[in-house]
Parts: sequence; C-alpha cells; structure tokens
Amino acid sequence: MKTEMRFVAFGGQGIVLAGVMMGEAAIADGINAVQSQSYGPESRGGAAKSEVIISDEDIDYPMVVEADCLVALSQPGYDRYVGEVKPDGTILVDRDLVEIDQPPRSGSFYHLPFAKTADKLGNRIVTNVVVLGSVCAITGAVSKEKLAAAVKSNVPGKYLELNLRAFEEGYSLGQEALKRREAEAK
Amino acid sequence: MRKPRTKPAAASKYQPVRPFTEEEFSRVRRVLGQKVLFVQGDAAVSYGALLAGCRFFAGYPITPATETSEILSQLLPRVGGVCIQMEDEIASVGAIIGASRAGAKSMTATSGPGFSLMQENIGYAAMTETPCVIVDVQRSGPSTGQPTEGAQGDIMQAKWGSHGDYELIALSPSTVQECLDLTIDAFNLSEIYSVPVILLTDGIIGHMREKVVLPEFEEVELVWRKAPTRPKDEFQPFFDDGSKIPETATFGTGYHTYITGLTHSDTGYPATDSQPEHHRLVSRLCAKIRDNRDKIIKVQKDYQDGAEENTIGIVSYGVTSRSVNSAVKLLRREGLNIDHLRIITNWPFPEKEVAELAGRAGRIVIPELNLGQVYHSVREAAAGQCDIVPMWKTGGEMHTPDEIIRVVKGNG
Repeated sequence: MKTEMRFVAFGGQGIVLAGVMMGEAAIADGINAVQSQSYGPESRGGAAKSEVIISDEDIDYPMVVEADCLVALSQPGYDRYVGEVKPDGTILVDRDLVEIDQPPRSGSFYHLPFAKTADKLGNRIVTNVVVLGSVCAITGAVSKEKLAAAVKSNVPGKYLELNLRAFEEGYSLGQEALKRREAEAK
Repeated sequence: MRKPRTKPAAASKYQPVRPFTEEEFSRVRRVLGQKVLFVQGDAAVSYGALLAGCRFFAGYPITPATETSEILSQLLPRVGGVCIQMEDEIASVGAIIGASRAGAKSMTATSGPGFSLMQENIGYAAMTETPCVIVDVQRSGPSTGQPTEGAQGDIMQAKWGSHGDYELIALSPSTVQECLDLTIDAFNLSEIYSVPVILLTDGIIGHMREKVVLPEFEEVELVWRKAPTRPKDEFQPFFDDGSKIPETATFGTGYHTYITGLTHSDTGYPATDSQPEHHRLVSRLCAKIRDNRDKIIKVQKDYQDGAEENTIGIVSYGVTSRSVNSAVKLLRREGLNIDHLRIITNWPFPEKEVAELAGRAGRIVIPELNLGQVYHSVREAAAGQCDIVPMWKTGGEMHTPDEIIRVVKGNG
C-alpha cells in the first residue's frame, strides 16, 4: 500500500509542518515515509508545496507524480495541481480560501471549512492541524493515535491544547464528510 | 604581576584525538534522543558527525547546507565540542584543518559557491595530509545558480578542484539514512588515510525527510588516526613506514610537527628545490589512495544472474539512484535484463567495476543531474567495450522513472 500526498498553500499556512507530522506518524506506525517540500524565498505569502509518500515498502523515487491525495489551501495551488491527481484520488480543498467553478471530474472531492474551523477555535494558525485531522479521517493513511502524538511533539506547550482540539475538530469534520459521501453514494 | 603558566597548552580542555569510550558514544545518543527519527539529510549528516566523534565544526551558512551548521551549533557544545561560524568558506576549511591538527575530528558543510571557495584549502589539507570532512550539499550552478534546488554538478570539482597532483575520497549518499552512515565512513576514511574526504549530498536529499535509525555502539566501527609510535626525539611528521600513511602527532603534545603546503621532506620542513623530493611526496599522496582502492571503493551491484547479450547496464550515484531503482523494478517486470551499478564512492573512481559492467552489458545508460560529468569517467573505464548513453538533466528536478525507462528502451 502506497499513498502519495501533496499539500499546496501559501507560505506561512503550515503545510510543510503538516507534511512532517504526517511522515512522523507513518514512521511511528512502523511504515516508511519520505517528505519533501518546495517554497519561495518569502517566509509568508509565496507558493508552498509539501509532499509525503507513505508506503509499507521501500520508497525509491521520492517525488509525487500523480497524487492519491491533494490538499489545497490556496487558489493558485489548487489551479496548478488539481490536474495531477490519480483518477481514484482524494481532493480536499478549503471552502473559503479556494473558489471552485465546478468540482473536478475525477476523484473524491471534499470542499471543507478548514480555516473557518480554526477561526472558531480562536486562531487561524491551527488550520494545518485541522487539515491533518480531516486527512487522517478520510484517507486512513496513518493511525489517528500516532498522528495526534506527532502533533503533540511538534507544537509548543502553550499551544498544545488548542492544537489537539483543532486535530479533533478536523477529524470530526472529515468523518462527517465521509458519512455524507457514503450516504449520497447509496 | 603575571601568573606563572601552570598548564602546558596540551592540557587544555580539548583532548587530543583518541578513541571514544562507550560512555561518550552513549552521551551523543542521549543528546540525539530517540533511536528512530524522521529527519532531513542535513540533520542526518550532523548526527553522523557527532556519532563519528566530530568535535569541531566551522562553516559559513549557505542554502541548502545551512541546517547542518544550525544543528551542530546547538548540539556540539552539549557533547564538549566547538562550533564556529566563520567569515567565509576559505576560513572554514582553514579552521577545520587547524582543529584537526590540534586533535579534533573536524568538519565543514557548504554548497556549490562555498565549495568553489574551499578548493585552495582542500589542496592544503591534501598536501599536509590532514584528516577532515567537507560536506558539499550540491545545488545548481555555475555561480549562485539555484540555491534551493538540488544538482550533481560538483562531482568533477570534488576531485580536480585544487591544483596539482593529489588524490582524495568522495562519497555519494542516496538516502537520508545513508547521509548518516556515509558521514561516519567519511570520518573513518579521513582518519585512516590522513586525507580530506568529501561527502557529496545534494539539495534534494539534504532537505528531504526520511526515517533514520541511529546505530548502537557495537554496531559502528569508529577509526582514530595513527598516533606516533616512535620516541619524541626520532619522530618525523611525514615519515613513511611503508604504509604510505604517516603517523599524526597532535600539535602541542611534544612531538615535532611542522606542516606546510610547500613541498616538504619527512621532517615537514620545505624542500622546494628538490625534484626527487617533490616527485616522491606527491607520488606517495596519490599512491596511498590508489593502492588502497579495493579497500576504499564501495559500490552496490544489483545484477541479474546469467547476463545475456541483451543486458542493459545502468550506472548511477547519489539521489539519481532512487529514480533508477524505481525504473529498474518496472523494466524487469516487462522482462528486460537490467544490471544496475550504484556508485557509492565517486573518488577514487570504481573503474574496475564499470569495466566489468561494460563487459556484461550491450550498452550503459548513465543518468546524472548535470550536463555530463561521471559520463566521462564511465566512458573512459568502459574503454569502448559498449555504448555509453548519457542522460543529462539540470534545473533542480530529478529524472522521473518514466524518463529513464524511455531511454533504456531506446525511445529517449
């Protein structure tokens, strides 16, 4: 089983860290992971991309060609990469940060309020952790327990409570979206 | 009134080079934390250095090598070591040569533009036979090129960057785990052969995160330089005992040690007007590496049994090996005979191994992230036994497995 994930956003939205936490969870689950990133010279605002490959086998070529899972938190990121998703892939897009004329033809498409959920918790900075919760619920690529542990080991103590709540909220958001999709499919 | 000096310089807090105790190794392991980590190649290099016994780092930050400076600036002081940010890369190599001669295993890390600046002092390290490790996290050049992108453009510079006749050792890791393992190898080789060793990583592996498993004390072989065996009054810093590798005395320990980049006799003093002395010296500098090539060179042969005439060879090194591994699996599934030779030791070049492959294969494909470097060494070693098909790519992106498959099938 091999899952190739691509997170795209503006610099500063925390997707490199999200990819790192995803990879750490996979390693803790006892499988392999490779995480890579590209970003502009700006600390905030430029285009940012973070890729994670999770596999129970050795990972040779470490880059994502066609993603099994695309997460887009920015319009240019979505526009650039929506075409590079596998036909049966999963696409998660922030409902308020990315406008969609019509959903992509292939893949399971989720338009979810990640940033809004973070706003409700009191700080938009945790959007990336909301995203991780939803990705975990929808793809099941890593265990919830190990991903929560990766969040814990990567955020400063002062914000731990907030991040763990964000993770749980994101997880519920993903679970509900998954249920709605299953209901629609019936 | 000045206080009388109570301690000789040698008794300063920095101990001369000597083998680690298990307790010292465990101390490094405790500082590094968990046994299984998910870290960048630059971090793995730093951890490998600490585990190998590196206690001095001097560098000038440069993307994509900066993380190594950052990490070692935090960790070296915690294991009794020293980390200095120098004014530039020329001074960085100067500092690690001095530190090595003062008894510390030492390292610097840089990328293309800094590596260019280091060349003069790398020659000095080769001439003075000073053990040290230079990490080059390659990025696209020439000049400042693409700071955040990876490349394999410094392979030839690693060997030929300084002037004159000398040999050194250069290693190319292809995974983050190998960044750690080969850093330990680099230190061992530099200590065994009294030579600068270049670790050629790149911006892709340097910034990529992957699983790293830290070794236990019993699992690693750590080597420490040959200490003086002769009495102090008979010791000569460049005397060849037949092994071609001189014993190394730490400065300040009472042994006569004089080092210079000038042509020197066994005493270390200049002998610049002697043709035989110069010829003998540089011949020995080269021979100590060339004569030991079988002990130094590491390759990985992924060959199929019973090579037939239609066997296609692929030679790869560094991060590019990963694209090749993916391609080889797919090509074999289609029934093609593929022999893959992965070069781990770029210098000295594995000529014998390439020649053997050239004898087995109908042609050899050589993908690299430059416009033709190892291609030339492969062609020379193959000596016309088969066709050599280069695959050159620059700009920061790896060859995709599909690109390699197309060329191997002859549809490139």
